[in-house]
Amino acid sequence: MQSLTSRAKAVDRKPMTMWEKMYIPAIAKGMSITFGHMFKKKPTVNYPEKTRPFSPVFRGLHVLNRDEEGRERCTACGLCAVACPAEAITMEGAERLPGEENVYREEKYAAKYEINMLRCIFCGLCEEACPKDAIYLSETFAPSNYTRKGFIYGKEELLIPDPVTDPQGFAKARGEHQPTTAK
Amino acid sequence: MYLNLLAIDLFLLAEKAVLILIVISVSLLVAMYETWGERKVAAFMQDRRGPNRAGPGGLFQPLADGLKLFAKEEIIPTSSNRLLFILGPGLAMLTAMMTSAVVPWSSHFNMFGRHVSMQIADVNIGILYIFGVVSMGVYGVMIGGWASNNKFSLLAAVRGASQIISYELAMGLSIISLLMVTGSLSLRTIVEQQHIGHYYILLQPLGFLIFLVCSFAECNRTPFDLSEADNELNMGFHLEYSSMKLGFYLFSEYVNVFISSAVMATLYFGGFDIPFVNSTWLADHWGQNALAGLQIVSFFVKIVAFIFFFMWVRWTIPRFRYDQLMNLGWKIMIPLALINMVVTGFIVLLHLYGWR
Repeated sequence: MQSLTSRAKAVDRKPMTMWEKMYIPAIAKGMSITFGHMFKKKPTVNYPEKTRPFSPVFRGLHVLNRDEEGRERCTACGLCAVACPAEAITMEGAERLPGEENVYREEKYAAKYEINMLRCIFCGLCEEACPKDAIYLSETFAPSNYTRKGFIYGKEELLIPDPVTDPQGFAKARGEHQPTTAK
Repeated sequence: MYLNLLAIDLFLLAEKAVLILIVISVSLLVAMYETWGERKVAAFMQDRRGPNRAGPGGLFQPLADGLKLFAKEEIIPTSSNRLLFILGPGLAMLTAMMTSAVVPWSSHFNMFGRHVSMQIADVNIGILYIFGVVSMGVYGVMIGGWASNNKFSLLAAVRGASQIISYELAMGLSIISLLMVTGSLSLRTIVEQQHIGHYYILLQPLGFLIFLVCSFAECNRTPFDLSEADNELNMGFHLEYSSMKLGFYLFSEYVNVFISSAVMATLYFGGFDIPFVNSTWLADHWGQNALAGLQIVSFFVKIVAFIFFFMWVRWTIPRFRYDQLMNLGWKIMIPLALINMVVTGFIVLLHLYGWR
């Protein structure tokens, strides 16, 4: 009969020889294999101490961006919320008052900006929709939480640290693979 | 005059009490770290890391496990036999610990002007005592399974009991041929004979192999863990147990492994003898106490090697099916042990009387 694959193997139904019936050679062989495995390199990554690098296209937790002077970029246009297929983004816009030019870059800003991380599917469409480069997906993922409420991230969680007062935190939150075209 | 005799007895009692305390706590400590070692060995053989969070290298893991077991809710099923249910794990632990009484841990120390023997009881029928106690181990399994009033527990207990009893037979027969060679039942005499002559593994290789396999079966270790049978009988005879009663069952298995390693090292690998070293030279130059200390170390190295072997086998060989187990026990082990016995007897007689 023609076999379906080249790896097919006929079942051997010969009775075992005396040597095979003793089982001891087979056991010794098996034990040498397990002993050899003791000295193999372990593929485990010690997670909290060591992390595997993410791929450059990894889409993680959202970050609300600031410009070089530390002003919030978001202008609360709502395009991200419209683009969001999971309807995870909510926002409320507000008018910039005189004297707040160093806080908000545009004349209108997001007074409230919330993303429900349980709804979010991390597709990155909000990042693509944003005309101001105000939102992008970073290289971390949402940590666990005890309540559903804890997964609704507001501006405190999302906003990137100020590059003027906290350049290190800014660089860390920005990550290595983020686009630098923002202007 | 009588008071004088009493005083000597009291000292002996104190010495033995301290020794018992030390031996029991050491066996418990070793059993504790066997659980750690087992997980580490299993992990390394499966290319994993094993416990490494609690303390350096996960060394506090057994403490955490013990604490967890103590903190768990103790459930005694309402339909169970309450007395027997509590007796089961206690009996398992008791028999596991009792065996250590006749094992000679080292030669002797000279302390406080006394000759302190490192053996709790030098009984002249030491091996028979071990067999007597070990065969009581089946009651721990059987009573635990019976008292749970659960058919899975009972099935597992019956399987376990029949396994232990059938392998005890082969074990006894393999020991008989060793006893023909030694001519003594005292473990200390057997060890001292090996100091002078060869280790008995060289004279009784087949007997050792049978003894090894049977002690695996006696300890309910893989490939003979039929009474525990994780996949088809859940947890076997201790299915209904929880909290520290379960802990006692699991623990007694590890104590058993420790003690049977000690017995195997004693019977076939020279016990506390330090290999390739003249112990009388050591005693003359370094003193008896140093020698006795080194002998303890040597004995424990042998024991740890055996414990590792137990674990190594556990993570290599899958469990036997019940019929395979019985075939191996009754149709292979017992005839082999009998043949070994006859051949040994023939050679011993030949050695004694010559060829005529």
